[in-house]
Amino acid sequence: MVGPAVLELHEINAAYGAIRALRGLSLALGAGEVVALLGPNGAGKTTALRVISGLLRPTHGRVFYKGMEITGRPPAFIARLGLIHCPEGRQLFKNLTVRENLILGGYRLQDPARERQNMEQVLTLFPILKERLHQPAGLLSGGQQQMLAIGRALMADPEVLLLDEPSLGLAPRVVEEVFEALAQLKAQGLTMLIVEQNAEMALGLADRAYVLEAGRVVLADAAARLRENPDLVRIYLGR
Amino acid sequence: MRMSLAHRRWVWALRALLALALLGAGGAVARWGGAYLQRLVILFLINLMLVVSLNLFTGLTGVFSLGHVGFMALGAYTSAILTLPPALKAVNLPDLPAPLSNVTLPFLPALVAGGLVATAVAFLIGIPVLRLSGHFVAVATLGFLIIVRVVLINAEAFTRGTRTFTGVPPATTLGWAALWALLNLYVAMRVKGSALGLQIRAARDDPWGAQGVGVALGRVRLVAFLISAFFTGVAGGLWAHFLTAFSPNAFYFSKTFEIVVMMIVGGMGSISGSVLGTLLVMGSTELLRNLEPGISIGSITLGPLYGLSQIGLAILLMLLIAFRRQGLLGDREWGLEPIAERLGAWWEGRRAERVSLRVRKADP
Amino acid sequence: MQTLGSLEFWIQQGINALGLGSQYALMAVGLAMVFAVMRLINFAHGTVMMAGAYIGWLLLQRGTPFPLVALGMVLGAAALGIAMERVAYRPVRGAPDVALLLNSFAVAVLLENLAILIFSPRSRPFPMPEILTQVLHPGGDLFLPSIHLWALGGALLALTALALFVTRTRLGLAMRAAAENPTAAQLMGIDIGKVTLLAFAIGSAMAGLAVLFWTAHVGTINPGMGFEPVLKAFVACVIGGFGTIPGAVLGGYLLGALEIFLQGILPSGVVGYRDALVYAVLILILLARPGGVLGYLEAERV
Repeated sequence: MVGPAVLELHEINAAYGAIRALRGLSLALGAGEVVALLGPNGAGKTTALRVISGLLRPTHGRVFYKGMEITGRPPAFIARLGLIHCPEGRQLFKNLTVRENLILGGYRLQDPARERQNMEQVLTLFPILKERLHQPAGLLSGGQQQMLAIGRALMADPEVLLLDEPSLGLAPRVVEEVFEALAQLKAQGLTMLIVEQNAEMALGLADRAYVLEAGRVVLADAAARLRENPDLVRIYLGR
Repeated sequence: MRMSLAHRRWVWALRALLALALLGAGGAVARWGGAYLQRLVILFLINLMLVVSLNLFTGLTGVFSLGHVGFMALGAYTSAILTLPPALKAVNLPDLPAPLSNVTLPFLPALVAGGLVATAVAFLIGIPVLRLSGHFVAVATLGFLIIVRVVLINAEAFTRGTRTFTGVPPATTLGWAALWALLNLYVAMRVKGSALGLQIRAARDDPWGAQGVGVALGRVRLVAFLISAFFTGVAGGLWAHFLTAFSPNAFYFSKTFEIVVMMIVGGMGSISGSVLGTLLVMGSTELLRNLEPGISIGSITLGPLYGLSQIGLAILLMLLIAFRRQGLLGDREWGLEPIAERLGAWWEGRRAERVSLRVRKADP
Repeated sequence: MQTLGSLEFWIQQGINALGLGSQYALMAVGLAMVFAVMRLINFAHGTVMMAGAYIGWLLLQRGTPFPLVALGMVLGAAALGIAMERVAYRPVRGAPDVALLLNSFAVAVLLENLAILIFSPRSRPFPMPEILTQVLHPGGDLFLPSIHLWALGGALLALTALALFVTRTRLGLAMRAAAENPTAAQLMGIDIGKVTLLAFAIGSAMAGLAVLFWTAHVGTINPGMGFEPVLKAFVACVIGGFGTIPGAVLGGYLLGALEIFLQGILPSGVVGYRDALVYAVLILILLARPGGVLGYLEAERV
C-alpha cells in the first residue's frame, strides 16, 4: 500500500448478540487501491463491511475514514461522506423503477446536474439498464440487479466503494461481465474494498487481499502472491 | 430439577403457610373490613380473573386479543338476564323472547351459562381470527369488541340498549369471588405448567419450529382462547352481580386499557405477575381517583382533575413499553421453590454447625 | 326523502358517499403514511385530529378570521404529530409491532384525557361560516350539503399535491424508499429520522384538514371525537390495501360508499347494526385478502 490509508480498521470486535463475529480485525485501504476480503462463510467478511458503513456498531475498536473517526456514526452520515456500501443481496428498492433506484443512489449529492451526468455514465457502463430504465427493479434478472446495485452505488460519486459479494447467485458468464465492469472502474481510479467468495475472480482484480477466518485476519498479502500461496489454494480454491 | 425430600417438605410448609395467611386475610376482611374495603377486594378478585384469563391467552400464545372485554360483556349480560326475577323482567325487558322471559336461574348456573356463551362465541371467531398475527390480530379482535358493543346497543329486547341494565340481584359475595378467582388461578397455572402450556409457548416463541415438532398451532391456540374466554365470561357475570347495574359503555375501551396495563405491569405470560400487576395498578388508580376531585397544596387548589387515573395508566404503559417491556416478572412465575431452597440451605447450615459443635465437645 | 332506487336517490347517496369518503380518505392517508415509514399503526392519529379541532376552536374564541382558523387547524395538527413522533414514538422505534400499537393506544388515551382535563368532557359547538354549512337545493328533492363539495374539493387538492410530491420530488422518492427498505435507504445517505418526521407531519396535516370538514359536518367538538375516525381510517386502509397511499385513498372512498349504501339499504330495524357490519367486513378482509382491494402486503400467516 502506498501513501496514507483512506480507510482503516483498528482492532475491531463485533458481535451479533452473543455471537462474536469479529475479533481484533485490523486492515487498511489506500487511495486508488482495490483490496479483496476473502474467506469462508461465516468468517466475518460481510460483518466487516457493515461495521465500516455504520450498519453495525462494533463492541471494540475504531474505524477511520480519510483520517476522521467514523466508528459508530449513523449509516446515512457515513454514506454522505462518500463511503458507499453496496450491500450483500443487493437490497434494491424492488417496487421502484431502475431509474428511481439510480436517482436514489445519487441522493447524497443533492445536485441534479451531477445526477444527470452520473446517470449517463452508469448507463454507458451497463447498457442493459438503459433498456429497462422504467421497469420495477424487482423484475430484473439476477445479473441485471447486480449491475443496478453497482450502478446505484456509483451514482453517489463514491470515494470508497464497499462491494459485498458481487458474484453471489450469478452465472459464471455474468460474473465475468460484472468483473469486467469493475476492472474498468479500477482503471478509472476508484478505490474499492470487495468481499468475495469467488477468490479467483477477486484476486484477478485486486491489488492486495486479506483472508479472514473466524473473525480475524489470517493471511494478508499482494494479490499476485496470494494466488500462488499453497495454503490459500488448498483451503479456498479446493485444489 | 429434582428436589430433595427436605426441600419438598419446605415447599409444602410454605404453601400451607401461604394458604393460612390468605384464609386469615380473607376472613379478616369478611369479618372486620368495612364495606369499602370489601368492595375493593371483590373488585380486585374480579379484575384478577380478567387479567389472568387474558394473560393465559395473550401471554402464552403471543397473540394479542384486544377484544376480550367483549367476552366479559357476553358473560355479564347473559348471567344477568338469567338471574333477573320475572317481575323485573316484565318491566325492564318487556320484549324478551319466550324461553328467556320465563326462566330464572340461581346464581351459579347463570354464571356458568355466561361463561359458556362467551366460550361458544370464542369458538366461532377463534378459528378464523387466530390464524392472523401481530398487529393484524390485535385490530381484528378490536373489531370484535366493537361488534359486540354495537350488538349490545341494538339488541334492545335483550339488553335495554344504551339504557342502564338495572335490578341485577347482588349475588356476588367475597366468597364467590374468591372461589372463582382461585379456580381461575389454579387452572391457569396448571395449563401453563402442562404439556399443553409448553406447546403453546413453543408456538409463540418459534411457530415454524413448533410446527416442525408436531405442535398443532391452531388447535393449541384455540384451546387457550376458549379457556380464557370462559373465565372472562364468568368474571363478567360476577361483575354484573356485583355492580347490579351497568350499560354497554362499561365493556369498551377504558376497561380494555385497564386490563392490558395490569397484564403488562405484571408481565405478559406470568400468572403470578398478573396478581402483582392487578394489585399495583388498582392501588395506583384508586389513589389517583381519590385525587380527581381536586388537590389542595397550601392555599392552591388544583381541580377537579377528571381523567387523572386514565392519564396515570397511559403514562405508566408508555414508560413500561419504553423501558421494561417485560413488566415485573416477564414470563416467569414467582414460585415458592427458591425460598424453600434458601430456607433448606440455611437449615442445613445450622444443623452442620450444631453437629460440629457436638463433635468438638466430645473430642477436644 | 327520495324514493329508493330513483335516479335522485342515487345522486343523493353518491354525493353523500363522496363527501364522507373524502374525509375518510384524508384520515386514512395519514395513517398509511406513518405505517409505511414506521410500521406503526398510530391510534393516536384520531387524537391529532381532535387536537386540530380544539386548536381551531381556541383560535375562533380569539376572533381569528376563518381562513386562518382553518390554516391553524392544519398546521396545529401537523405540529402535534411532529411532537408525538419525537417524544412518544422515536424512543421505541424498532420495538415489536404489538408494543408499538399499545404505545400508540397509550398516547391516544393520554391525549384524550388531557383534553378532558383542560377542556372538560362535554361537547362544544364549533360555529362554522355559512359558506361551509349551507345546504343547496339544485333541483327536485336533492339535498346538497355544501360541506360534501368542500370536502371533495379539499381532498382532491390535498391528495393530488401529495401524489405529486411523492412521485415527482426527490424527497418524496426518498420517503418511498425509506418505506420500502429503510436499511438500503440509509446507505444512500437518506436520514430516516427526517423522513419519518416528514411523514408524521404530512399525515397529521391531512388529519387536520379532515377534521375541518368533519366538524363542519357535525357541528360540535369533544375530546373523544377522534376515536371513531381513527378506527374508520384503519378500516379504510385495510379495505384499500394496507400501508399504501393509493390503498388508503381508495379504501376511504370505498368505506364511505359502503357506509352510505348500508345506511340507505338496510331496513330500519337493522340499520343500527351498520357499524357492526362494517367491522365484520374488516375482519373478513383481514382473513381472506389481507392485502385489500389493491392486493399489496400479505399479512403474516402462521
